[in-house]
Amino acid sequence: MDTELAVAWIREIAAAVEQQESYLTELDSAIGDGDHGSNLRRGFTAVVTALDTLEADSVGAVLAKTGTTLISKVGGASGPLYGSAFRAMGKALPQATATPAELAVALAEGLLAIQQLGGAKPGDKTIVDAWTPALAAFEAAAADGLLAAAEAADAAAAQGARDTVPLQARKGRASYLGPRSTGHQDPGATSTALILHALADTARAA
Amino acid sequence: MKKLINSPETVLTDALTGFAAAHPELAVDIPNRVITRAVRPSGPKVALISGGGSGHEPLHGGFVGPGMLDAACPGEVFTSPVPDQMLTAVRAVHSGAGVVLIVKNYTGDVMNFQLAAELAAEEGVEIRTVLVNDDVAVEDSTWTAGRRGTGATVMVEKIAGALAERGAALDEVAELGRRVNAASRSFAVALTAATVPAAGKPGFDLPEDEIEVGVGIHGEPGRRRERHRPAAQLAAEVVDTILADHELTVGDEVIALVNGLGGTPLLELYVVYGEVRARLAERGIHIARNLVGNYVTSLDMAGFSLTLTKADGELLELWDAPVATPALTWS
Repeated sequence: MDTELAVAWIREIAAAVEQQESYLTELDSAIGDGDHGSNLRRGFTAVVTALDTLEADSVGAVLAKTGTTLISKVGGASGPLYGSAFRAMGKALPQATATPAELAVALAEGLLAIQQLGGAKPGDKTIVDAWTPALAAFEAAAADGLLAAAEAADAAAAQGARDTVPLQARKGRASYLGPRSTGHQDPGATSTALILHALADTARAA
Repeated sequence: MKKLINSPETVLTDALTGFAAAHPELAVDIPNRVITRAVRPSGPKVALISGGGSGHEPLHGGFVGPGMLDAACPGEVFTSPVPDQMLTAVRAVHSGAGVVLIVKNYTGDVMNFQLAAELAAEEGVEIRTVLVNDDVAVEDSTWTAGRRGTGATVMVEKIAGALAERGAALDEVAELGRRVNAASRSFAVALTAATVPAAGKPGFDLPEDEIEVGVGIHGEPGRRRERHRPAAQLAAEVVDTILADHELTVGDEVIALVNGLGGTPLLELYVVYGEVRARLAERGIHIARNLVGNYVTSLDMAGFSLTLTKADGELLELWDAPVATPALTWS
């Protein structure tokens, strides 16, 4: 992955978030407060604007800029969580081109940042439930190239998001519903799946 | 959705524009979304800053002024503000005596305020955080994000604000804020759901004869859905739910807040207050001070919350101290 591909990935995320805004909002209305779609759209729209004027000399610079912009623009829980994740990924990739193995390390740093800030474990019905299997799949397929790794992560994240349906939320606003949070797909895990789907789409188009 | 807005995207900016026009005694930085007092306190004073998602008005902007907050940071509707806002507020009101951040216990608020506190500390500002978590509807704190911050926020902001105004030190103000929170419990019942402008429809559907018991202030459903019943019965149950979790005993005094969630007429809130008072009297608890009205709302949600703060002489004296804000004023 070079800086150009990194920017393309972020733009693809922005497009996906815009397209899926009402779906994310619908999921969030069921067990949260119905703002996940609009918050992420606002954040990634600002990110795209910020990247327009960024002269990035590394993959990390693109991802770090994405992270700081999300922290500044989104608010809620998703702003700090995704913002810190992208910042951590950025810090892990100071090079102009990143290999799939290096990208795997960055994805692991991103997950670590999310878990440190939010304190969620797998099974708590959060972003972590999509990011964890996606990371494992990406790592396992990294030797086969970016496209193979991204496609594996995409499939694993989508499955991880679907697997949140029967879970009872133990973090975030959905946790207040207790057992009533079961039977609904977690919006955060769903947006993580979008982010990895965008990576696969970008790798395919490259 | 039928709302008095221009568009969901501009609702916060438009509301802040109107708020600024209505309150020249406040300084409203609309681009940065920070509300401060137009006239700063003279000399060093511990500054109180709060913030949270919009849609809970008058919380928090309506509580900025002498005797209460120094600054408020309104986020998007039901969305925590961002660290940049809080840092802007800290820089605007810090006068050398330190800053107390009053944070309602929600995942987003906690994380954004934490990031802001780290940034402010890097700039050499002494920061203390008071977490408000008074909602007894969250029964199992170890398996959830913990109890939500609701009506007690008003109590903390008023009482800690009064102490700060008298020149108390940073740790004293923060400690008192925590003490007020620990002495407070709340519980809410909703008759209808709130409609977030960007979502365009109510957060949940509620049949004509049903209510949501144990709701929060963000349009999310409550713990249980039950049959609607007369105010006397509901008020008594809410009082009992709070007392089951509170250390209150016969002869104690409380400050009681019967709070409208945004879509309930004052007429009905007074019905509830009368019933609350009667039930507390049966249990031997005396309301020393009260507030009845819309203070911590949830957009257009119909329903009420009850907050009981166990009071002592010191808290009552600080409660009675002068305050001059858009939503709370006495001398």
